[in-house]
This record gives sequence, structure tokens and C-alpha cells, in this order.
Amino acid sequence: MFAEDMVYLDANATEPLRPAARAAVLAGMEVLGNPSSVHGPGRAARKLLEEARETVAGALGATPAGVVFCSGATEADGLAVATLGKGRAVLVGATEHEAVRAAAPGALVVPVAADGRFDALMLEAMLSAAPPALVCLMAANNETGVRHDIAGAARICRAHGALLHVDAAQEAGRGLPRDWLRLGADSVAVSGHKMGGPMGAGALVLRAGLEIEAVLRGGGQESGRRGGTQALPAIAGMAAALADSAGYETARIGALRDEMERFCEGLGAVAAGKGAPRLANTLSLILPGVKAQSQLIMLDMAKIAVSAGAACSSGKVARSHVLDAMGFGEGAGQGIRVSLPWSVEADGVARFCAAYEAMARRALRGRAD
Amino acid sequence: MRVVVAMSGGVDSSVVAGLMAREGHEVIGVTLQLYDQGAASGRKGACCAGQDIRDAKRVADRLGIAHYVVDSEARFEKSVVAAFADSYAGGQTPVPCIACNQHLKFGDLLEMARELGADAMATGHYVRRAEGPEGAEMHVAVDPARDQSWFLFATTRAQLEFCRFPLGGYASKAEVRAVAAEMGLVVAEKADSQDICFVTSGSYAAIVEKYRPEALSAGEVVDEAGRVLGEHQGIARYTIGQAKRLPDRAANMVVKRIDPVANRIVVGPRGAAGMTLRLREVNWLTSPREMMAEVKLRARDTRHAARILPDGAGAVLELAEPALAAPGQAAVFYDGTRVLGGGFII
Repeated sequence: MFAEDMVYLDANATEPLRPAARAAVLAGMEVLGNPSSVHGPGRAARKLLEEARETVAGALGATPAGVVFCSGATEADGLAVATLGKGRAVLVGATEHEAVRAAAPGALVVPVAADGRFDALMLEAMLSAAPPALVCLMAANNETGVRHDIAGAARICRAHGALLHVDAAQEAGRGLPRDWLRLGADSVAVSGHKMGGPMGAGALVLRAGLEIEAVLRGGGQESGRRGGTQALPAIAGMAAALADSAGYETARIGALRDEMERFCEGLGAVAAGKGAPRLANTLSLILPGVKAQSQLIMLDMAKIAVSAGAACSSGKVARSHVLDAMGFGEGAGQGIRVSLPWSVEADGVARFCAAYEAMARRALRGRAD
Repeated sequence: MRVVVAMSGGVDSSVVAGLMAREGHEVIGVTLQLYDQGAASGRKGACCAGQDIRDAKRVADRLGIAHYVVDSEARFEKSVVAAFADSYAGGQTPVPCIACNQHLKFGDLLEMARELGADAMATGHYVRRAEGPEGAEMHVAVDPARDQSWFLFATTRAQLEFCRFPLGGYASKAEVRAVAAEMGLVVAEKADSQDICFVTSGSYAAIVEKYRPEALSAGEVVDEAGRVLGEHQGIARYTIGQAKRLPDRAANMVVKRIDPVANRIVVGPRGAAGMTLRLREVNWLTSPREMMAEVKLRARDTRHAARILPDGAGAVLELAEPALAAPGQAAVFYDGTRVLGGGFII
């Protein structure tokens, strides 16, 4: 719980819980049974689970049978790489999330252009040289919001007999058409808490006909694809959040983001990925010459919650591999990520702008001394 | 006032954070991440947080203060670890804790504290700061067993003005632990840190091997007339005054000189130490002038009377009695409890 007077602009880390999701979680906790049990309470739990599965499938253009519930996008990505990548060369985009990069440590890296989008010619060339491959490209980047051309990637993959896994953790709850499977992806990872659900649930969604085997077999839950009792309240919350996010206010949020972007550029900041299609809520701001770490601390002290590239478990702020891959050089250690939550208000944006201006002027003045 | 506390995750700096918070200051805890714990323990990509950082965070939670982790890995490797190996390769005996204080704690971290608008930075060092007629003065800790003034001589006067050392007045570590327990800090019983934090394998030779392998290559041990007495296994394994690891023909002798260019260890009879020392990078905590003072030439050393003659950025020490001094170590000047300055022995 953070102080009431904090401005929360770190939605890409986790979205605030949507009221509909909260209600679904609470209702889920009232259900007594285990979805695998044969008795009445078990049936009631299973009914809730299958309703959630149908909701998720419907929202993502999948069949219910293709939805494998798990703990989150990290597990979904790991499951995809471990199963679909078996016997295949794995190719990952240079700006992929750690969930994918760490799951495929020996992967070949598909470079991105300066605007953050994958290099299609390189992907073609790499797939021509590679044996049957699994390609991992994210729908939208967590730091810059840059959206890859998934339809284009799918065409290239299909032409080379490669499978395409899409990490859609950031895009799934953000109102856009969520039709990656229809565009040709073979599997999609989503995360409940990135769309306004609770933490602890996610899903790997498979195209019809694609089968995988569990990494953890357990009691054969999720049709033998992911063992372990399902986290029913969290899954119900994720489904409710996904349904609720159909009303995502893309235009309103995008206008607020653009306003912040213009303001910060006026102070000397550089917005990364601006030339590419982006998520409406995400703004990656490089303030040349000022360490990301110092920016975060100064903003936190001004009661503004934002983040920088790759925060690891220690809280240490490392260079952003995303900005590095986009060729920002030194700037990769000087970027912060501002990500507006679904519930953002104009007042929060104004307070961010004031705090950012004070921070930038202070830091840049120190530099000039 | 707004105070940045350098929190290592140990009991001392944790108590400092608690004391500052108790006094009603706005406390910002900062922990420098000096090396990747995952890499140090051989677990690649383990995402870094060691137990010390987790402890510092739990202490900050308990105290209700902000806490940040600052990535100082690159700086630490260059200014402390690689410099440590370089020093050995140059025939010297380095003191990495001084380099760390100088470049990281009182360098980068203090700079950052100013950037954050802090009025002061507090650390858990055992040393006292007093206001004197010429400004802030550094004095030894009340507990002589804990005194760290020798390691802090390179703190500049401007840095000293900005710093606070609340533990210097405590009579013993036990007293500090009691305060930690009273504050309910998880680290109250935590063991003291080791001598050189980045030497985890128990031998500093591994560090030298990595950065300056040539300092571990075999060479000649000679006497002061140049006669070869045997072989050594790398100059980095020796320090001035050392009697261990010398060939049989040099029994009862000690290392007199280390010659990195010829890769030679020069030995001679025990005793007959020098009377005059030259110092480099002298830091003055008073106005530089010729003076009589007491000097400490090693961390655990008795004081020696000496005349100190400023010489540009360095100084010349004329000892009243001969004493053993190893290049790379510090010579720190004292007047009673007060630290007057110091420099590195050439």
C-alpha cells in the first residue's frame, strides 16, 4: 500500500486492480471446492474455472481448449520456450522481456531498428539459415511500448516453418484488438496483474491444434499441460479484468501520454520508440547525462512512482537492454519509464510534469556547475 | 534535516539509520551494490541481491524510511578491485578499504546525497567528527579496538563538513548491538564483516591472477648485493617486512624491497628499517605545515613520532625511530585524538 498522495505511473510493472476483478477475486475465494474434485463443491469450482477459461479464450480469439492457466507471463513464456522450443532453434527479439530471454539463454537474437521494431530482413535471413525454429517476439515492449508487427512476423515464420510465440503481457489488457492468434501466432502469453487483475495468474494460449506437454506434471491439471491446483480466485480476477479492459480508454490515455511527452521533450528529454506504433500508456524518457537511478530517486522523493528499464530483485537500476538494443548508447543508463494506469487522471499527469521539470532542472544545473 | 545514510546491511550502519530517524531527521537509506552476488557465487544471472541488501531493506522497512540500491559495480571493479591488483603488480601492498571509502562512499555516494538535496551523509564508521576553530575535525573513536580513522584519512575537509559519524562515541560494539536489539533490527546479532569484502575465496591471489597474472609469475629472490638466493612464485605474494615464503638461503631475512620491473624480491637482515619515508596523495585535515606528530603506518600499528614536511601534493616523514613501512599502505598523522591527515607510502 502506498501513500494516498503518491502519483502512480508504473502500470507496466502492475496495473491497479480493477473493481470488477476485485469482486471476482472475492467471489472466487467464497468457492469452497477444488476444481478437480468430483463432488458438488468441486463442480462449482470447476464451473467458475471453465467460465474464466471461456472469457479469456473469447477475449484473445482462442478456443477454450487452447487456454493453459498458470501463475503469470513468466511461467507462460517459460512453458512456451521449454515445450515449443524443444528440438528447434530459438530466436528471440533483442528487446524481449527477461521472462523470455532467461528461458532461452542460448537463443539467437533478432536485432531491432532504432525505433524498436524487429528487423524483418534479419529475421528472414536468420530463419533461412536456421533449422526449424521457435521465434519469440513481444506484442508490445514493457519499457517503450513499441509494438512489433506480429502479422508480418507470422508471415515470415510460416514461410520458414517456424513457430511464433508472442509475449502479450503488456498489450493484452490495453484495449487494442487482441487477435495475435488470428494474425498467425502459435502461442500467446498473458499476465493477470498487467491488465488490472490480481498477481498470481496468467495464461499460455495456444492456437487450435497445437499441443504441449507439462513441465510440471503434477496431477495432470490443465489437460496435462500444467500440473498443480489452479489459483482460482486469481484466475477469476484475471478473466474479469480482461473482460473489463474491453472498455480501455485508449484515446484518453494516449492524449495524456502525448501531453507528457511534449512537455518533457521541451525540457531536453528524448522519447524512445516515438517513431513506431506504441501502446497509448507508455512513455520512455531519456534525460541525457542524468543517471536513471538518480531520476527515479528524485521522482520518488517527489511522490511520483515510475521505474526504469530493468529493475532487478535488489532494486538496483541496471542499464536498459531495450534502449541498448535500440542504439541509445550512454542513454541506455539514463532512461525512465512512465506508464499510465487505466485509472490515470489529468491531475496525476500535471503533478508528474511539475516534478519532472524540477528534477530535470536540478540535475542538469548540477551538471553545468 | 534530510540525511542520506550509507547502509551496508550490517549492524553498524543500520543503527546509524535508526539513530538518525529517532532524532527526527528525514532519512534516506542508500546501499551501494558493489558486486553481483550471483556472479560472486557463480550463479550467472541470479539477479544480484545479496543477503546484505535484503537486510538493509528489512531494516529500512522496520524504521519506515526510504531505501534505494545504487549500482556501483563498474566503479567498484575499476577503482577498488582492479586498482588492488594493479597495486600488487607494482610491488605495493594496497588498502582497498581506503580506496572504497575514497571513491565510492565519500566520492560517488556523497555526490549523490548532495544531488538529492541532503544536508548531510551519515555512515557507520567508528570515528568522531568535532567542530573546531578551522571547521570540522576528525577524531579517533572512543573505542580504540573499533577505531577506523586510519581507513578514513583520505576524506577531504569538504567531505568531512558534510558527514556525520554517530558511532564514534560508543564505548563498544556491544553497546551498538544493544541499540540495534532495542530498535528491533533483524541485524542486531549479525556477524561482523570480513577484512576484504571482495576476497571471497579466502585468498587475494585469485583477484591478482584475474587482473594482473604477471604479478604471480616466478622470479628471483636476491640479497641487497644482488646475489640470487632462490625463487619466488610472484611478487604479489610479498609485502615489505615479510619473512614467510622466502627460500631456505634467505632464512632469518625479511623482504626489503619489491622490484616489479625486474620481477625480483630483495631481502635483507631483520631490523635496520628506514628513517625517512616519502608519501604521495597527502590529504590534510588541518592547514598543511611542517609539524611534529604521531604517525600510524599500518592499520594495526603503534604510533611513531615523526616530523612531517609538506612537499607539493606529497610529504616527507622523518621518523624519530626506524619503523617498517610498506609502499601502498597509508601513513596517517595524529595529534592526540585528532587526525591531521595522511598519505600513501611510496
